Amino acid sequence: MIVADRKPLDEILESIKDYKKIMLMACGGCVTICFSGGTKAAELLASQIKMAREKDGDPIEIIECTPERQCEFEFIDVYKDKLKDVEAVLSIACGVGVQTMNEHFEDSITLPGLNTKFMGYPVEHALWEERCAGCGDCELQWTGGICPIARCAKKLLNGPCGGSSNGVCEVDKDISCVWQVIYDRLVKLDKLDNLTVVREPKDWRTSTSAGQRKIKFEEAML
Amino acid sequence: MKAGSTLEKVLTAGEFAVTAELGPPANANADAIKKKAKHCAGVVDAANVTDNQTAVVRMSSIAASAIAIQSGVEPVAQMVCRDRNRIAMQSDLLGAAALGVKNILCLAGDHQTFGNHPGAKGVYDLDSLQLVSMVKKMRDDKVFLNGEPIKEHEPKFFIGAVENPFADPFEFRVFRLAKKITAGADFIQTQCIFDMPRFERWMKLVVDRGLHEKTYIMGGITPVRSHRALIYMKNNVAGMSIPDELITRMEGAKDPKEEGVKIALETIEQIRNIKGVSGLHLMPIGWESITETILEKAGLLPRPKV
Repeated sequence: MIVADRKPLDEILESIKDYKKIMLMACGGCVTICFSGGTKAAELLASQIKMAREKDGDPIEIIECTPERQCEFEFIDVYKDKLKDVEAVLSIACGVGVQTMNEHFEDSITLPGLNTKFMGYPVEHALWEERCAGCGDCELQWTGGICPIARCAKKLLNGPCGGSSNGVCEVDKDISCVWQVIYDRLVKLDKLDNLTVVREPKDWRTSTSAGQRKIKFEEAML
Repeated sequence: MKAGSTLEKVLTAGEFAVTAELGPPANANADAIKKKAKHCAGVVDAANVTDNQTAVVRMSSIAASAIAIQSGVEPVAQMVCRDRNRIAMQSDLLGAAALGVKNILCLAGDHQTFGNHPGAKGVYDLDSLQLVSMVKKMRDDKVFLNGEPIKEHEPKFFIGAVENPFADPFEFRVFRLAKKITAGADFIQTQCIFDMPRFERWMKLVVDRGLHEKTYIMGGITPVRSHRALIYMKNNVAGMSIPDELITRMEGAKDPKEEGVKIALETIEQIRNIKGVSGLHLMPIGWESITETILEKAGLLPRPKV
């Protein structure tokens, strides 16, 4: 899922400083699960904003709402009329949600309240780690299902580098060396041969190197 | 001869080879290279010219290599994967060869977050193995990475890579070394050796697989001037193994500089007696002036004429 983190309050306040009435739009998808952008997060953020603005003698009115997913028209269309009553929308969805709002409702402006971080999974309750970089050419078939592109600081395909020590990455003691993880996994699966092949340079065109990517599913086109 | 460098000639002649390190300055002063080159000229077979080492901006390793040549020192130009994509790398390889550089050392590079521009975007288009393979391809197959022919004047390098016997997973380091050799590494320089038992274990695995016959292995030697330097490396440099006894020995020394030289000499003596070690790579971090003394005392001077 997409994992996001809230922007600092001061940055949010700065971005909405010109408005007296806004809509704070949460999202019922990924960001609800990672606590940054659900109904509860919206309630908390709204009260923080109101308090700050009252303190400054510049009160603000906030309408809160939570579409099931901010990245789909059918869920955001129901707020179309309400948008006319506000000067701006503050979104606490991922970057896709923010952009869906801006493109779909050309006459209004939607500002980001979150920093979208990565595609990850919950390692434990309330802790997410990056797992997929969306490189567009999945390598997991030979790595024991563990991604070196998303998890290696140097994106090595022929790792590990000389900085792998006691299972830890040289970049940060809190990050596991993914190549140690891959090695251990392949030993366990008796597939260490996968690592004796010299892996060729990656064609990064499938990633973000060749401009915006698109996927068209012909069979489902209307 | 693959490139005909002095380093290649010394190694292929079966002589114990010696390289040292020559770090470019963090400014545009050519004299700084010339001054450092004086510590190397005539006493080493070649000197590694580092490429923005520890991710701190310095003069280009290729420009500094060209100045080293003018100063009578054969360079081993280092090239890291951190700062350039495959286009820039190949372009720089052509440029380096045109300037007379004959040895190249391929590394991933210290991660940019350790350096003085931690917010920089790391490139890592290729990894170090893929870089080795590309340099070999340009030299032996006379083609660019994309397969297009280099019609004439292909760059000819004696290709080096690094290996760290002290990093993990230990059992896999030798597999990876074998991969580097398959990719095209003509010589290997290792991380600084302080933990001799571990280096010996690693070399035994290397020799058992016959890898010492497919590449030249040069052991990394770092003389230190104080026990604090050892503690610093132990705590701050990933993939370094520094035994506590060594720290105690340096701490208890009456003359730490003399003890540092003594330890370096003992290490050199030990690695010369390990089967499969073809040379040494001296990395006197910030203590380049000691190079000649150590090599003299180790009986490695004068260098063989090849």
